[in-house]
Amino acid sequence: MGTIETLTRTFEFSEYISVLEISYLLASILFIMGLKKLSHPDTARNGNLWAAAGMGLAILFTILFHKIKMEDGTFEGIHNIGWIIVALGIGSVVGWMAAMKVKMTAMPQMVSLFNGMGGACAALISLMEFPKMQNMLASSAATNMFNGEALAILLGLGIGGVSFAGSMIAFGKLDERIGDIKSPILRYINLFFLFLLLAMVVFIMTMTPHKDSNLMIYLLALLALFYGVTFVMPIGGADMPVVISLLNSFTGVAAAMGGFLYSNQAMLTGGILVGSSGTILTILMCKAMNRSLLNVIIGAFGGSAAGAGQQGDKTVKEISLSDAAVLLSYSQKVLVVPGYGLAVAQAQHLCHELEHLLGSKGVEVKYGIHPVAGRMPGHMNVLLAEADVAYEKLLEMEDANNEMNTTDVVIVIGANDVVNPAAEDDPSSPIAGMPVIRVWEAKNTIVMKRSMAKGYAAIENNLFFMPKTRMLFGDAKATMQKLIAEIKNL
Amino acid sequence: MTEILKFFMEYREAIFIIILSVFLGIEVISHVPSVLHTPLMSGANAIHGVVIIGAIIVMGHANNVLAMILGFIAVILGTLNVVGGFVVTNRMLEMFSKKKKQK
Repeated sequence: MGTIETLTRTFEFSEYISVLEISYLLASILFIMGLKKLSHPDTARNGNLWAAAGMGLAILFTILFHKIKMEDGTFEGIHNIGWIIVALGIGSVVGWMAAMKVKMTAMPQMVSLFNGMGGACAALISLMEFPKMQNMLASSAATNMFNGEALAILLGLGIGGVSFAGSMIAFGKLDERIGDIKSPILRYINLFFLFLLLAMVVFIMTMTPHKDSNLMIYLLALLALFYGVTFVMPIGGADMPVVISLLNSFTGVAAAMGGFLYSNQAMLTGGILVGSSGTILTILMCKAMNRSLLNVIIGAFGGSAAGAGQQGDKTVKEISLSDAAVLLSYSQKVLVVPGYGLAVAQAQHLCHELEHLLGSKGVEVKYGIHPVAGRMPGHMNVLLAEADVAYEKLLEMEDANNEMNTTDVVIVIGANDVVNPAAEDDPSSPIAGMPVIRVWEAKNTIVMKRSMAKGYAAIENNLFFMPKTRMLFGDAKATMQKLIAEIKNL
Repeated sequence: MTEILKFFMEYREAIFIIILSVFLGIEVISHVPSVLHTPLMSGANAIHGVVIIGAIIVMGHANNVLAMILGFIAVILGTLNVVGGFVVTNRMLEMFSKKKKQK
């Protein structure tokens, strides 16, 4: 163990390194303050800038002042600075362009993509550090690799690899390039792979280090990538936000492993902060859907027999555009409940236009936002904010439900499971117990939908067959346009 | 048993930082309104891009071509995570602040 310590752990005093450590302390403080500010609406934007400043500081000072002690006792700074700057430049330009160009509706998959990049980065670091460490231990004739550094390297590789592969699959699913593969056998395969992954980490640590024998570490990398794919593959598209949040915290932990390896406090605090806050965020999201994390991962949703018995020959009632226009124009209070369909159709601006139009006729229009509507919690808020909808018009689910009795018309735009009464009155339903927006309590409900297809939970929605419900079929954007034209013509 | 105790003593500083940071992370975001879930996730996503420091260190001490290439890729990937993450988050939050001004 001693040799490794001299490489990465025991520094002698040097002004450079002191300055570097102080910069890391500042960066850690900026990360913490940034994250704190990010969780309040008024300060969120500043918080993001603070965290970015901390990152810039840590990167700059690492390039300038990072030194490691060599075996002969001299300190050596960072080499290849030219190439590092080129790489930083390429990453910055590509990252900036991608982030500026992406549409607000495609934000979740972008976050997933960037998360995957971080995971891959962590995995690559481990892949390069392992041979160095093994060679070092081999030359000191160690009999095993049971030490913190080896553990950090192996876990960094495993977690980073899973995070990378998983994020890529999540990206593909959200971008609708990859479908779901649902098979109960996959659960057992996954469990087996997880076990194998852990067993391999332990096995490598007990191996006697040999110079330049890196087969096992490559196998571990492959296994991690493979497990990442099979881990996300069976999870349905609607659960992707939870998965991305989970993988986000994974990457945080992988980054912290790097911090442990290099005794780098900025990496350690930054990584763990994201790891723990990401886990809490994941749990908050699961809570909003009234499901356990395990339930999401195992993927109990979809294709189940529950609710199948209800598929009788029930009739739905359609409403014509002109009737809808009249109904809306002569109500006093209208509530819009947006869902993923609104995001897909990019209809958020039209939504705002409708709100404006009805507002000018004296109709009070508000939005009822289910915490998990869309593809990510808060996704609808971001989209509607993009369309200039005023913050105070957005009601959270409970407030929306409280006002439901006095609401004349609810317009459901591309939402399904979040307004499904089965969550409250059918205990056998897969979404039983999930809090929903009780749109059926309003005097009238208009559901805008492309077809009678089921939502992500793949279950029937009785709302569509209720006496007060009228359907308005078609693409959300096209239908909204026609509806607005119709109201203008009144 | 002594192995575990030794392990703890040797890495106690890191273990303390890890445990305290876990509580800090939970505490810092536990009262976040659901409106901010997506930007917060995105912001946290950018912060774990701090892994780029590791990539810079690896590349800064790379002494063969393979390590150089891998390090180069790692730095690019890390930068993508950092820059992309912060810019995306900023874009999302820009929309909220625009709202504030119009009020």
